[in-house]
Amino acid sequence: MSTAVAQTWYMTQRQLMVFARQPAYAVITLIQPVIWLFLFGSLFRKVVELGGFGTVSYLDYLVPGVVVMSALSSNMWAGMGTLEEIQRGTLNRFLTTPVSRAALMNGNVVHNGLVTALQSVIIVLLGLLGGAHCAGGVGGVAILVLAAVLLGTIFGALSNALGMLVQERESIIGINTFLLLPLTFLSTAFMAPSQMPSWMRHIADFNPLNWAMVAGRSAMSEQPEWGAVAGRGAALLGLAVVAVWLSIRTFRSYQRSV
Amino acid sequence: MTTRAPAVEARQLIKTYPGDVTALNGMDITVEPGTVLGLLGPNGAGKSTTVKILTTLARPDSGSATVAGHDVMRHPDRVRRAIGVVAQNSGADPVATGRENLRLQGRLHGLKGRALNERVAVLLERFSLTDAAGRQVKGYSGGMRRRLDVALGLVHRPEVLFLDEPTTGLDPEARTAMWDEIGRLAGEEGLTILLTTHHLEEADRLAGRVAIVDRGRIVVEGTPDSLKGELRGDAVHVELREPLGEAGGTLLRGALAALPGINETHLDASRVSVRADDGAAAMPALLGALERAGVGVAAATVARPSLDDVYLRYAGRRYSDVEAEAAGHLALAGGAR
Repeated sequence: MSTAVAQTWYMTQRQLMVFARQPAYAVITLIQPVIWLFLFGSLFRKVVELGGFGTVSYLDYLVPGVVVMSALSSNMWAGMGTLEEIQRGTLNRFLTTPVSRAALMNGNVVHNGLVTALQSVIIVLLGLLGGAHCAGGVGGVAILVLAAVLLGTIFGALSNALGMLVQERESIIGINTFLLLPLTFLSTAFMAPSQMPSWMRHIADFNPLNWAMVAGRSAMSEQPEWGAVAGRGAALLGLAVVAVWLSIRTFRSYQRSV
Repeated sequence: MTTRAPAVEARQLIKTYPGDVTALNGMDITVEPGTVLGLLGPNGAGKSTTVKILTTLARPDSGSATVAGHDVMRHPDRVRRAIGVVAQNSGADPVATGRENLRLQGRLHGLKGRALNERVAVLLERFSLTDAAGRQVKGYSGGMRRRLDVALGLVHRPEVLFLDEPTTGLDPEARTAMWDEIGRLAGEEGLTILLTTHHLEEADRLAGRVAIVDRGRIVVEGTPDSLKGELRGDAVHVELREPLGEAGGTLLRGALAALPGINETHLDASRVSVRADDGAAAMPALLGALERAGVGVAAATVARPSLDDVYLRYAGRRYSDVEAEAAGHLALAGGAR
């Protein structure tokens, strides 16, 4: 068991090193959310006047929205990395060593989780710097970050599964471009639920991005609805487990197709 | 270990890919411990599929295989501990340094601490990568990268090393250097090597035994010399010091026809070419006959049949044609599997 844990760490470390050694990539991953924050923050500043946001500052409302959107948009590219490892032969090289098969997949999950957490914390700090309030305190932020990591895990695992299944860059690019904005806008990321058309609100109830949104935003608010936080959190966790299980299944079928 | 069980043994491997592509069609392989077997065949003959099955990456539809005494399907983990694999794309991490790549590979095989440091240092030195050890692999030349790939395969001192097309894509200089390196490896005690190649010259030079693969099975196997020896007739060429006259030619032709073991004789003005069952054995008699006929000899050579001739005989096709055809298919299909 301890071997599997150590091996998971080796695989994680290796990916973190890639992240750290490609500064342009790392900076873009961390800077892009900042652009969202200030772009949407300025563009939609006045929508709070419509009411239903539970705050008078749109930035307060926006910070969790950008955290969650960024978690989605950075993790949904995980499959590209896996695809590259397949094409370069790296994955097969690892598969001919006695390394635990679970460690190969878990390394991805842990790495993506750490990057998502770092990215989320930076967004929150920048939001605070820009004058956002965080009534829920450190505990609230921690729950938001956790929700973002779970959401990232879901889409990271699905993206990996897709990468192994189709083994085509174009498919991953296509499906990500197709999904990112609809998933983001069919949620309360930028707009108060009471201001959304009711059909959209119903769809949003089934949108995992919105689960993370609701859980994180509620935990950050002055009076968290812990029932809603726990419910959405459990749903995210359940879906994350299913997605990782699915990616491991796909991994097995990839091995059969070699 | 007193047993001399084969280091690699595959029996009747069959593997079909979706779309009814038969990659292996009854592949049988035996590699004795401490020897080098070269699997020689054109692209698409089934060499890489064989390696993937023997290295636990793929499973055959039917058949059985053991590597280092372990069943590849029942105990893949034991096989993985015993083998080193240098694939066509070994996938060293381009962002990591040479040393980091080696360290990770060692750790995955359970090496740690001082043992790991020492092993990595030895391999870097041995493959002339010590100076480049701290640089990212993306800056390495093709030859350096390939040397690192081989070092990665050796980190845990495997019993059996698989080299899948080890010199593909290398320039001639790097290829020769790699051949020397593989030659040294083959001399090391106990290391068994299974090498795949589509270079006739490479198989001839590196492998103690060569198995010719065609359409998913072995068509013939033996030492390079025995394979070539089975082809009737070496070519023996003798350069003469002075041109033969008309009369001298007729006389010589008669003398040569009387010699045993010589099949065909061909005379040019200053050159005698014969095909002999065994060229080296026929040479003294041939030179003797020339001397008795009073003809001065400038040079004499025996040309053994090449593996190309062997391939032609057993696969029924000329190797270079199959290669060209395979290249055409690849170009059409847009890439190799």
